[in-house]
Amino acid sequence: MSEENDPMAEIRASFFIECEELLEALQDGLQTIDDGAADSETINVVFRAVHSIKGGAGAFGLEALVRFAHRFETVLDEVRAGRLTIDDEALKVFFQAADHVSDLVRICRDGADAPDAETAVLIGALDQFLGDTVPEEDAEEPEIEFAPMGLSLDLDLSDASDETEAACPDLDALPPPPDFGAPTGDTAYTITFIPQAEMFETGNEPALLLRNLSQMGDLKVTCDASTLPDLDKITPEVPHLSWTIHLQTDVEEAEIRSIFEFVEGLCVLEIARETGDGGSDGDTTDETPVSPIVDISSETVNTPPPARPPDPPQAPTAPKPAQAAAPNPAEPSQPARAATAPTAAKSVVRVDLDRIERLVNLVGELVINQAMLSQSLEQSGLSPHSDAMSGLEEFQRLTRDIQDSVMMIRAQPVKSLFQRMSRIVRESSAAVSKDVRLNVIGEGTEVDKTVIERLADPLTHMIRNAVDHGLETPEKRIAAGKPAQGQINLSAAHRSGRVVIEISDDGAGINRPRVLQIAIDKGLIPADAQLSDTEIDNLLFLPGFSTASVVSDLSGRGVGMDVVRTSIQALGGRITITSNPGEGSTFSISLPLTLAVLDGMVIKVAGETLVLPLNLVVETLTLSNQDVQMVRPGNQVIEVRSGFVPLFDLGASLGYREPLQNFDGAVVLLIAQEDESCTALLIDNILDQRQVVIKGLDDSFHRAPGIAAATILGDGQIALILDPSDMIANAGATALAPSPPLKTQGVSA
Amino acid sequence: MSLEILAVDDSRTMRDMIRLALLPSGFTVHTADDGVHGIEVLEGIQPDAIITDINMPRMDGFGFIDAVREQDKHRGTPILVLTTEAAPELKKRARDAGATGWIVKPFDPEKLVKALQMVAG
Repeated sequence: MSEENDPMAEIRASFFIECEELLEALQDGLQTIDDGAADSETINVVFRAVHSIKGGAGAFGLEALVRFAHRFETVLDEVRAGRLTIDDEALKVFFQAADHVSDLVRICRDGADAPDAETAVLIGALDQFLGDTVPEEDAEEPEIEFAPMGLSLDLDLSDASDETEAACPDLDALPPPPDFGAPTGDTAYTITFIPQAEMFETGNEPALLLRNLSQMGDLKVTCDASTLPDLDKITPEVPHLSWTIHLQTDVEEAEIRSIFEFVEGLCVLEIARETGDGGSDGDTTDETPVSPIVDISSETVNTPPPARPPDPPQAPTAPKPAQAAAPNPAEPSQPARAATAPTAAKSVVRVDLDRIERLVNLVGELVINQAMLSQSLEQSGLSPHSDAMSGLEEFQRLTRDIQDSVMMIRAQPVKSLFQRMSRIVRESSAAVSKDVRLNVIGEGTEVDKTVIERLADPLTHMIRNAVDHGLETPEKRIAAGKPAQGQINLSAAHRSGRVVIEISDDGAGINRPRVLQIAIDKGLIPADAQLSDTEIDNLLFLPGFSTASVVSDLSGRGVGMDVVRTSIQALGGRITITSNPGEGSTFSISLPLTLAVLDGMVIKVAGETLVLPLNLVVETLTLSNQDVQMVRPGNQVIEVRSGFVPLFDLGASLGYREPLQNFDGAVVLLIAQEDESCTALLIDNILDQRQVVIKGLDDSFHRAPGIAAATILGDGQIALILDPSDMIANAGATALAPSPPLKTQGVSA
Repeated sequence: MSLEILAVDDSRTMRDMIRLALLPSGFTVHTADDGVHGIEVLEGIQPDAIITDINMPRMDGFGFIDAVREQDKHRGTPILVLTTEAAPELKKRARDAGATGWIVKPFDPEKLVKALQMVAG
């Protein structure tokens, strides 16, 4: 509101947002057709999406987009009209065309160069469906020219009865034309204008047409009321009047005709150039006898009922005198605002993301402030039952509610992301000649907008991997007794306060012996390493690992699964693999709902206060020396119930102190790993469980493994937020040895 | 002269554009998202003119014009059709339904104002 924004730029921005929605509808519609679930409305939805994109693009002069969308629309219109049926081939082209529209929208938005070659190829593909009815290069029809306005047209009909005045627009009451007394032109025209019945049915008004003519020059109007029946026999919709108009003007005949454009075909219209110079005073044609000639400057009386419906809605334009003179039974002016009530229900506000960011940050501050306040109130020794304390409790609850609500603003369904993936599947499967079907589940699942944006790249990579490496070639699939078409499932769901996104394929599964061999060949693991299946699968995430023996078009882009894992971890997420030979693999990504707050466990290690994500902590234990067993120097495990869990000395690994030797009384947290195994994290003390606001560590900080972010505690102290899995994984990697088997079985002291 | 206009279009961009084009002339602009919504909005207002798109969900422009003309109080309300095509048969269909005139998209704001003034005074 405060900014002086260019309204056009704003509409343009909102057009591109609308385009995203329309593209989504377009994809959805095509997908529905692909699924064989289309009904008659589906194609209309698809058509309208393209049509609306074209319409908006035209308004902003986005030529390339208009041209392509128009051609696409033409083909879709053929389908809509039943002249073209969608077969597999057509659908494929439609999908490509939809993708291309999507590209063009982005190109137009970002001002990049239009990929004309690609457009041409696709237009060619689309044109195939049009057969020989390929449209000519669509000439934009010229826009309609309208003459400038203004009026003073007074008619004097002596034989018109006064009692009919109510039904007529009060022309006198209209504002005077801006340039009345227009230049007297040098051409004279005689215009014969005889309205027919349809003219009134379409809401056209002869008086307004005459008014427009009056603007063009010197006008003399003759009204023929000879066919006017008695008043009691008048049908309002049937015109009874006709006019002969003499116009002295310097405008072209075409412009005069343009005035009558809307009524063309609804009236008899003859425009004749009068011969002789300025002979506009004389009668020039052998018309039927007409009523007295009216001079525009003469005194006024209303025309007879111009066969208009009894309550022409002229009132708003007419100043008071007109209304007074016209005891019009038309409705009293309505409270216009009330009418917009139905719109309010689905109203949407577009808010700049920066403003939401600011709100999120402020709420973050509020949470911190509230924590500080409760801390100081607690220290002040107030009774927990005092008003202040119970008020504080309420304050705490409200703060949390506000925080949740603010987070909801940022939440978005993953649908747009998933739609991009279906495109990736289409493109990548075509590139490697595999027939792949993508099944999408839970696309309505809402996730923080930033998370969605930052998921696009890793997800793209994983989908490509699934198509390229996960699924076998059709021949191999058939040989293995599977259908030739491979399936990739992409799902999203909320699970215990996190979002889980799974990508699974029904391919051959991970070839573990080969993965192991490659890892050994590349020196990533010792040749004699004994690894569990899960550990072998996890080798895929090691930097520098690539399984494709033949680098295809899709892989070999210099991005490996290690990069995928890093980006997921940067989002506070985890990624895991499960794979069954011959049945396929599933990659599972678990993400926090938001990047802004975290339920944390505040711990103390060697005098330092740290925060751990609470959801990772499975169990807490107090140790005694007997619980700890040494596997080899620097590698200890603890016995938990029936199994063993590797012990990880947090203080030592962060360099705060030497490794503990005496474990009596020490506290360990059992941390859940993504593969459902556990690691015991050795700490000194647990201080608190609370919600903390995540403050990102920007690039000016060195990125230390295991440190995810920082937060400000209630007492104003800064604490680091740990990412234990990252830390543990890194500790394992630096040793160039796999951490001891994470499953508790198989290790004995 | 200030007119009260109802603009019916399923594209938010178009509705915004129409509003932007008409507000400087002091017009009062109501909007509706499709034909059905347009009829709802029309219940509470008596606009001087109506602008409508043709391709819309739920009720298209032709259906909307029909429905408007069926109402006695709107039998004579000028209706302009906003269309991307200026094909004669489309104009004819619009007119048969009772449209007063048509504007080809993309429209020039000035011309839209003039067209409205021409049909609605």
